[in-house]
Amino acid sequence: MSLLSGVGERLREGLRRSQEFLAAGLGAVLASERPIDDALWEELEELLIAADLGAALAADFANRAREEVMFGTVTRAAELRPLFRRFLLDALAPAAQPLDLDHRPAVVLMLGVNGSGKTTTCAKLAAQLRAGGKSVLLAAADTFRAAAIEQLQRWGERIGVEVVHQAAGSDPAAVVFDAVKAAAARSLDVLIVDTAGRLHTKSNLMDELAKLRRVIARQLPGAPHEALMVLDATTGQNGFAQARVFHEAIALTGVCLTKLDGTARGGIVVRIVRELTLPIKLIGVGERLEDLQAFDPAAFVDALVPAG
Amino acid sequence: MLDNLSTRLQTIFDRLGGRGRLTEENVQEALREVRVALLEADVNFKVVRTFVERVLARAVGQDVLKSLTPAQQVVKVVHDELVELLGGSGHRLAPAPHPPTVIMLIGLQGSGKTTTAAKLARHYTTQGQHPILAAADTYRPAAQDQLQTLGAELGVPVVGAPGEAPLAICRRAREEAAARGLTPLILDTAGRLHIDEPMLEELRAIRREVAPHHVLLVVDAMTGQDAVNVAERFNRAVGIDAVVLTKLDGDARGGAALSVRSVTGRPIAFVGTGEKTDALEPFHPDRLASRILGMGDVLSLVERAQASVDQEQAEALVRKLREDAFTLEDFRAQLRQVRQMGPLDQLLGMLPFGRALRGAPQELTAESADLDRFDAIIASMTPGERRHPDTINGSRRQRIARGSGTSVQDVNRLLKQHAQLRKMMKQLKGMEGKLPRMKGLPGFPTPRG
Ligand SMILES: Nc1nc2c(ncn2[C@@H]2O[C@H](COP(=O)(O)OP(=O)(O)OP(=O)(O)O)[C@@H](O)[C@H]2O)c(=O)[nH]1
Ligand SMILES: [Mg+2]
Repeated sequence: MSLLSGVGERLREGLRRSQEFLAAGLGAVLASERPIDDALWEELEELLIAADLGAALAADFANRAREEVMFGTVTRAAELRPLFRRFLLDALAPAAQPLDLDHRPAVVLMLGVNGSGKTTTCAKLAAQLRAGGKSVLLAAADTFRAAAIEQLQRWGERIGVEVVHQAAGSDPAAVVFDAVKAAAARSLDVLIVDTAGRLHTKSNLMDELAKLRRVIARQLPGAPHEALMVLDATTGQNGFAQARVFHEAIALTGVCLTKLDGTARGGIVVRIVRELTLPIKLIGVGERLEDLQAFDPAAFVDALVPAG
Repeated sequence: MLDNLSTRLQTIFDRLGGRGRLTEENVQEALREVRVALLEADVNFKVVRTFVERVLARAVGQDVLKSLTPAQQVVKVVHDELVELLGGSGHRLAPAPHPPTVIMLIGLQGSGKTTTAAKLARHYTTQGQHPILAAADTYRPAAQDQLQTLGAELGVPVVGAPGEAPLAICRRAREEAAARGLTPLILDTAGRLHIDEPMLEELRAIRREVAPHHVLLVVDAMTGQDAVNVAERFNRAVGIDAVVLTKLDGDARGGAALSVRSVTGRPIAFVGTGEKTDALEPFHPDRLASRILGMGDVLSLVERAQASVDQEQAEALVRKLREDAFTLEDFRAQLRQVRQMGPLDQLLGMLPFGRALRGAPQELTAESADLDRFDAIIASMTPGERRHPDTINGSRRQRIARGSGTSVQDVNRLLKQHAQLRKMMKQLKGMEGKLPRMKGLPGFPTPRG
């Protein structure tokens, strides 16, 4: 299936476009033959910070690297590059997990803050599953934002997938109820639910989301099988708070990291993976339908610390 | 979790100050905390570096070394410096000598351009003007419908139909604005990457041909370190005149604003604080400075309270915050009142020392079950105990727990949280006057409008 094939290729292509931003970055510092001194440590830390790993995590990685230097396993600045790559890869390897769609219907709930890329990701996923021979249904449960329903409908028309919807302003729970019923009755493979963007700090909106989840679970025990938080790779430290609060509110099954075709590296997911043990199930690398891929830790680490 | 910067600095200076006079190195050590705080707030690391150097120079030159309250002094210097860097408040988009005034919105995908376009239209409508919108995002499905819907709600005309090119839409909108005497004209463009050359060229073409008076870069307040690249690229490729910071109603600290400001030198004109079209506010550098430092934003808190509850309730909340005599009765009343206000955790997070405080009430508000339990506990106390919680010793705690059907741990937790709140409020009082630029603190200012 296309989600699993050609993994990382588009990502790398996207990365090439932004190589110039990295040229003066981590790669250059790590590759140099300079001595290992305080200035180097500071730069290394700052470069991890520049990828949005966060000050604390950057310090943590640097300290672990320092230990290796102390024990004499690493003596040259150039060796720090593989070391950091290993740390990152170790941290991220468990995060590469496929979608669990082995149910009929499998229900995927797409959620996240405003503008992160939920609707587009729903459409991309639907298109790829469809291309893989699955029967798919979309549910327009963002009844709040102006023309959000139309946005999903346009996608539906374009990819030939039916979109369950009601009038703008109607109860999203009712839309979801109808959609689950239809998907089950017709024994479809996958139902993908697009929800309204919401900031994790709005407790009433988080309650609404929890309610959507309950409505789905009541109709279809075990569902939703995927509750994915869509996270914009440009997001800084707030991304962690988003993941934590959404996870607490409705038990996420993973994260979709979008907009990796920009120059941001999405380093906040390292913290999300480490501290919340959430997998990264999908990545978005552009606005086209094919710009959705499985998460490939090696390719991701390549972007953070190029092999040189 | 990030502790409050003031608290952390206090700890450092307490430790250092115990050994006599402070040195420049001491201040330097303290500034490491400032650095971490700024990085956690998503200020770009390069911007942080220069900022900390500036603060060091200024802090050493001032009375920090001799001060009895060095932590407060450092915070003040940092805060003042931030306010200065963030630039003046009340940046107005000057009207063009020959209407229409044209405002163009640009930015990354999902940053909030369309919503901001509608908000601006509403803003100018309430000022008695007659704006017009151009829906020039022809790429994202239904982006034009989105603006059409918002325009219809506001009674503002929207130009732009499917099949028409972005440049043509903007041109036609300008002609229509001139012909109908509508101003300002607000151009909503498609979100695009700052490294997407063909798409940047489209913006340049619009800029050339339609000659907007104000090009606004719309930036998501949650943006991380990459904000500098985004701002710099857009500025270089298209040119920007001012910035709109969106989604400030979340709990992102908004350090990206400082990054954008430092690399472009452009002022922040507006901030977006909600999804509805009325949630657009003028920018206040002092509030954002406090927020970036995690020092809370009492002014916004008060305004938020006023917006979500009636005047009387808001005043009661403010009064309780200021009162030192804060009994368990007040505690209960406040919990109940604040539960009605909705996102309490958010409100409390905006308070000075709110971080320390936040752990406690979040626990409280997360589950109403806890609130019910707290209700029961307080109900089982004597009036005297409610007024003087310090008299509640071990055996009384056992009695209260039995009486309320809870455990001694529950009672302890309640008392602890109440004590924390009181302590925090004392600190809040103690800070009044020491940070003269934190407008919200000294007098809990009068309501807006
Ligand atoms: N460059 C790039 N743009 C993306 C990607 N994913 C989504 N976008 C764009 O981001 C913008 C917002 O995407 P939406 O899918 O509408 O986001 P949303 O989360 O549904 O937004 P709301 O429903 O308004 O909260 C659109 O312009 C998308 O084309 C990606 O991987 N890369
Ligand atoms: Mg959407």
